[in-house]
Amino acid sequence: MFGLGKSNDVTLTMDRPYAESLLDKGVQDVIGKPLSRVDGPRKVSGTATYAAEYQLANMAYGVLVSATIGKGKVVSIDVEAAKAFPGVIDVVVDFDTFALVSQQGGETAAPAQGVKGVEYFGQIIAIVVGETFEAARDAAEQIPVVYERETGVFDFSLEHQHEKKLPDNNTPAHSSQGDLDTAMREAAFTVDVIYTTPSQNSVAMEPHASIATWDDGALTVYGAYQMPTSDAQQLAKALGLSASKVRIISRFIGGGFGSKLGIAPESVAAALAAKKLGRPVKAVMLRHQVFEATVRRSNTSQRMRLAASANGTITGIGHETTASNLAEQDYFEPAGLSTHFLYAGENRLITHDLVRVNWLLSGSMRAPGEAVGLMGLEGAIDELAEKVGIDPIELRRRNEPPRDPEKKVPFSSRHLIEALDTGAEMFGWSKRQKPGQRREGEWLLGMGVAAAARANILMETSAKVAIGKDGSVTVSSAMTDIGTGSYTILSQVAAELLGVPMDRITMKLGDTNDVPAAGSGGSWGACSSGSAIYLACESLRGKLANALGVDAAALTLKDAQAIGDNRSVPIAELVGEGMEAVGTIKPGKQTKAVNQATYGAHFAEVAVNLVTGETRVRRMLGVFAAGRILNEKTARSQCLGGMAFGIGAALTEDMIHDSRTGQLVIRDLAEYYVPVNADVPQLQVVFLSERDIHANPIHAKGIGEVGICGAGAAIANAIFNASGIRVRDFPITLDKLLPHLPAF
Amino acid sequence: MRTFTYDQADSPAAAVKSVAPPRAKFIAGGTNLIDLMKLQVETPDRLVDISRLALTDIEDMDNGGLRIDALVPNSDLAADPRVIERYEVLSRALLAGASGQLRNKATTGGNLMQRTRCYYFTNTASPCNKREPGSGCGAIGGVNRILAILGTSDKCIATHPGDMPVAMRALDATIATLKADGTRRRVSIHDFYSLPDQTPEIETVLEHDELITHVELPPPPNGARQQYRKVRDRASYAFALVSVAGVVTVENGKITTAALAFGGLAPMPWRNTAMEQGLIGQAPSDALFEKAAEHLLAEARGQGANDFKIPLARRTLIACLRDLTGE
Repeated sequence: MFGLGKSNDVTLTMDRPYAESLLDKGVQDVIGKPLSRVDGPRKVSGTATYAAEYQLANMAYGVLVSATIGKGKVVSIDVEAAKAFPGVIDVVVDFDTFALVSQQGGETAAPAQGVKGVEYFGQIIAIVVGETFEAARDAAEQIPVVYERETGVFDFSLEHQHEKKLPDNNTPAHSSQGDLDTAMREAAFTVDVIYTTPSQNSVAMEPHASIATWDDGALTVYGAYQMPTSDAQQLAKALGLSASKVRIISRFIGGGFGSKLGIAPESVAAALAAKKLGRPVKAVMLRHQVFEATVRRSNTSQRMRLAASANGTITGIGHETTASNLAEQDYFEPAGLSTHFLYAGENRLITHDLVRVNWLLSGSMRAPGEAVGLMGLEGAIDELAEKVGIDPIELRRRNEPPRDPEKKVPFSSRHLIEALDTGAEMFGWSKRQKPGQRREGEWLLGMGVAAAARANILMETSAKVAIGKDGSVTVSSAMTDIGTGSYTILSQVAAELLGVPMDRITMKLGDTNDVPAAGSGGSWGACSSGSAIYLACESLRGKLANALGVDAAALTLKDAQAIGDNRSVPIAELVGEGMEAVGTIKPGKQTKAVNQATYGAHFAEVAVNLVTGETRVRRMLGVFAAGRILNEKTARSQCLGGMAFGIGAALTEDMIHDSRTGQLVIRDLAEYYVPVNADVPQLQVVFLSERDIHANPIHAKGIGEVGICGAGAAIANAIFNASGIRVRDFPITLDKLLPHLPAF
Repeated sequence: MRTFTYDQADSPAAAVKSVAPPRAKFIAGGTNLIDLMKLQVETPDRLVDISRLALTDIEDMDNGGLRIDALVPNSDLAADPRVIERYEVLSRALLAGASGQLRNKATTGGNLMQRTRCYYFTNTASPCNKREPGSGCGAIGGVNRILAILGTSDKCIATHPGDMPVAMRALDATIATLKADGTRRRVSIHDFYSLPDQTPEIETVLEHDELITHVELPPPPNGARQQYRKVRDRASYAFALVSVAGVVTVENGKITTAALAFGGLAPMPWRNTAMEQGLIGQAPSDALFEKAAEHLLAEARGQGANDFKIPLARRTLIACLRDLTGE
């Protein structure tokens, strides 16, 4: 009885604050609750279908061929030799169309294509297709390839610095304010040091995988993607198709951490092979190919300069960073992202440069920018506190800016000092002693602190919400759940706003046939998709109020009943044949009118072995203020995961290239050391109550990445407090501590 | 992985016959071999599965020692009450290795045969004299932080990755075998491993058709204190940068027996009996331990990135000796 479709659709551009959120008025009482994942039972019972698990009729198995030189050209690939292997159907070689690299997230253009020239070791140059995976892999490992080797740049040396100015990405490449050099000269205390961080891999448990199948010129890919809407556009461009001819299905994703933001080379290869064979083709990257040929977080070199007056007031901040990437790839690790606004100080210089290397593409990995940038900045702040002779929390308090120190706009919400103070109290920070004072047997103990900050992002996203005639609710969108809990938290938003129990909500995600979404990345997923659902629900609430004959403001929805004007009517009775609405959120003037970021504080206690230099983390505490917490349990899990990432970044993770050949030496999970259970001690996560009316209608901010931001620095600072040794070259492996350890 | 034929042996005698073809290999737990086959580092054309053989007992020996069948899983061996009580160093070494899941599958005999984790060995795009004799060594001049400082050659600087064999070397284990012609022999663990020299592809004295049937441990010295200390980059599931297995006895203020074996330093579990002799008869002291460390590391040669193993080994040995001889 009510209009279906367009008339209910609503778009909101965030041009002004959104003062009152309906989520604060809902009475279903599910928002924020620590509910377990709605998809949990499917995941633990093996019935959640991941990309590589779809069984299509007549499917063939593709295994990618990796280049075994670091730079040069492919002269020839002996296709016939490979086809002679039993079970091999074909070898697909298409030098022009194969993707040279993964694409960056959110781009709508194709990734760089053309693989006859080899730009990095492990570059994907062909795909062998077999009746079985084993047959294809056997041939792919033995296929004769003739190369012409060329000299490449296989080490990170500032000599290879790129000359031209980089285009700005999510932070300006170069910015300055005032005169840092003069501030340094006139300061009572200065820090001028270089921090370095290594290349890192996301090591999502699920490797990159695509099953491609064609039907009448249209391509469907079952893939592992964070951003299907833009990924479908990338894939369409790469294959010369219109975007409407590419459908991506990504119902479940086994971790992304940035590595699945854009399409990876296996997708193009699978699509080309499926087309040539006229059969569905599955291509799953081998683990070493995930390391060698997807995307890495760039290594960085960060010159940190701090100038401060006698009482620790910062007068100058310099963060001059250099990352690395392939020639022609202008993505740079935005290590200075939060340095723009984390501390006060009039004189500022933040720069980003690139060294060109023949290593695999660098791109976004969990918290691009802050994850490594805060290892430099928060280490330097700790060094400054040591020099000034005050507590590092006090130093931060003295330099808390009243507004964005560069753009001079207000902060949308910022509880950094509260997070530090709350954490200090809970952690027992007052028991921290001077460096090298606490000892327990062979172990030197120490505590460290670091600020956490992560810029908050809102992305244009749509969601469709439909109420069926039986009162059940279906939410659909090309949004994804990469293991973060999207299915659950987005259900909670809809349940709260439509007053229905959680089990009446069906969440359909990960299909580009549904309305477009920005997907998961940059901690924007929950806020962007949550807001789109909010808008659709708000529209439907208006229709339901109409149907009940009350003002929208007088409508209460609870337990599938619409209540108002002293009446309570089942929602199902108000929707006729069903009603639906599409909500669309768009970023607007609020992006620049205020500075939006999530803040927090990390505390770490570590033990450094006096004999061996082994560092073991004893405990960590993270206190975060991220606006509204949509689900305490999944939010906490996000932070725990981020903090575990921080342990890896501080102590173990390191993608090492052989500087003679460009070969990636560390390329599997036995050698690339992520923290294992025994490395991750008791981690505690605390959320401060906060609402952000500037960010979006649900008043939440991003939480997927803040857990890693600053975590590694807190550990490094704790190592200094334990041992008196300041290591600025991550990861802090025992060999870097050993020469400085005292006799024992 | 290349294609291979598969044979399930129903007796040790059948197994050693079945493995006769030159590219055939035994498989037990498969925790190392399967990984290497996937990468085509190992390319057997025939696998003889010995995992179902009745070689799973741990028995007391008349001399007070222990006989451990080749297929006893690492987990079971580590948890055996006799091992915990009499061979603590072995139990601790086993539990310091791999992960719980791997220890459930990995066998005693297989663990003795574990191959190096050198990055260049496990990547067929690299030269490696061990994998492909004569092709060169990628690790020399390459990324070698985890590699050896003792017992290396100009052909190979790989480290032996094991923990259990290090403890067994400190315990003077004997390895018993069966060959296709029915002969059996017993080889001291001290003679079992080969240094790379000019033939890094040869890692043990085992012949192609020779099957490890069991390991014998002599009784440990009366009153000996035992320790296994593993230094590594993360708290679990990491190979040793340096490990020390120590079995030391102190009587009346003097060291009377000393057996010290080392992991992470060399292409085989390392032992230096001359160094041990220097400890025996002496009163424990830091000066004595320093001298022992000097002796151990006199021939040590770093490759740059692994230079730190020299001071690390020195410090770890001294700390272990203090623990083994202290109050």
